[in-house]
Amino acid sequence: MSQTRKKLLVDPLVDNNPITLQVLGICSALAVTSSLKVSFVMSLAVIAVIAFSSLFISMLRNYIPNSIRIIVQMTIIASLVIVVDQLLKAYAYEISKTLSVFVGLIITNCIVMGRAEAFAMKNTPIDSFVDGIGNGLGYGLLLMCVGVVRELFGAGSLFGIVILNPVSDGGWYVPNGLLLLPPSAFFIIGFLIWGLRIWKKSQVEDPEFKIQTVEDY
Amino acid sequence: MEALISLAVKAIFVENLALSFFLGMCTFIAVSKKITTAIGLGISVIIVQSITVPANNLILTYLLKPGALGWAGFPDVDLTFLGLISYIGVIAALVQILEMILDKHFPPLYNALGIFLPLITVNCAILGGSLFMVERDYNFSEALTYGISSGFGWALAITAMAGIREKLKYSDIPEGLQGLGITFITAGLMAMAFMCFSGVKL
Repeated sequence: MSQTRKKLLVDPLVDNNPITLQVLGICSALAVTSSLKVSFVMSLAVIAVIAFSSLFISMLRNYIPNSIRIIVQMTIIASLVIVVDQLLKAYAYEISKTLSVFVGLIITNCIVMGRAEAFAMKNTPIDSFVDGIGNGLGYGLLLMCVGVVRELFGAGSLFGIVILNPVSDGGWYVPNGLLLLPPSAFFIIGFLIWGLRIWKKSQVEDPEFKIQTVEDY
Repeated sequence: MEALISLAVKAIFVENLALSFFLGMCTFIAVSKKITTAIGLGISVIIVQSITVPANNLILTYLLKPGALGWAGFPDVDLTFLGLISYIGVIAALVQILEMILDKHFPPLYNALGIFLPLITVNCAILGGSLFMVERDYNFSEALTYGISSGFGWALAITAMAGIREKLKYSDIPEGLQGLGITFITAGLMAMAFMCFSGVKL
């Protein structure tokens, strides 16, 4: 694999993560992460949709008229999502019930549209495919991190396997119920961004207003 | 009637699209820096939501449901798998039409809302509203109520968020938390506050 392709694949994982830096596709990142299994399936679905939509849009990029490109992209993405949705219903019915509307919402996931518009319309099919997988992995990575925290501390298990034995089963761990509720996802992602930006200083945003201290005078 | 009012209250407060289902988060975070723009976007969402949810309900009942094509002579056809693509098509088309109508007949409104309308096509709250309508099997009047009230709930949430953020920019926030980080945590606190409504029953 050439150097640039490797960069396309690895760059979105931390340095240019679609969720923490580009603020794309947060809706589903928050909603489906209360258990690890569901986040895993969701990540796979999103990776597949981004990779193939980038591939197909890039293959067609010279034939799509500029004025109707959004509709064409939407149609390609929506068809891929329908395929994923039908596959999930056929082979993982339970999980597709838990994901409910969020599989359909991959259509409006900004990462998919964003990559189609920003990368696939200008680059070759193979590069776009790799870029799609990279961005999907960046999204999946964050989803899994949030999923691990929420399931491990909220229910004491990972992938449904008990790790911290909860009190209700005669164990010692008192599960933190808040982590299974929606608001906790906001806090976890907020703190995750904080951690990431302490590590990667260049991602810190400049404050709009500085508080003036007495020493400045 | 009572059932509809209860549905509306539930859609606005208890099951707020932005704060308990995280729909439309991208725009929720990106366009909530100023109250005026937040109100503009909120109103556009209410308008689009209250048109698209009932419209998609009609599409579902008369075209897609198993047996819905009976009037055209195909009683055994089940087109529900085409749902996603038709809903997004309807939304994109309606937004486009709305934009043209506003441009022609209500120029001041168009100037105020114009920039937000294209954004709305890819707003998950709009598609999410339609998908919830399908999942919960609403009839037409329920769909109309749900569309208006869920749009209103989203507008309420983004306006409140913008109000908080306008004050927040004057506060002393740790470096890494600046911007996106603190916005998420604020949204989390708001979501917790909205959870207090979950006991409300009419």
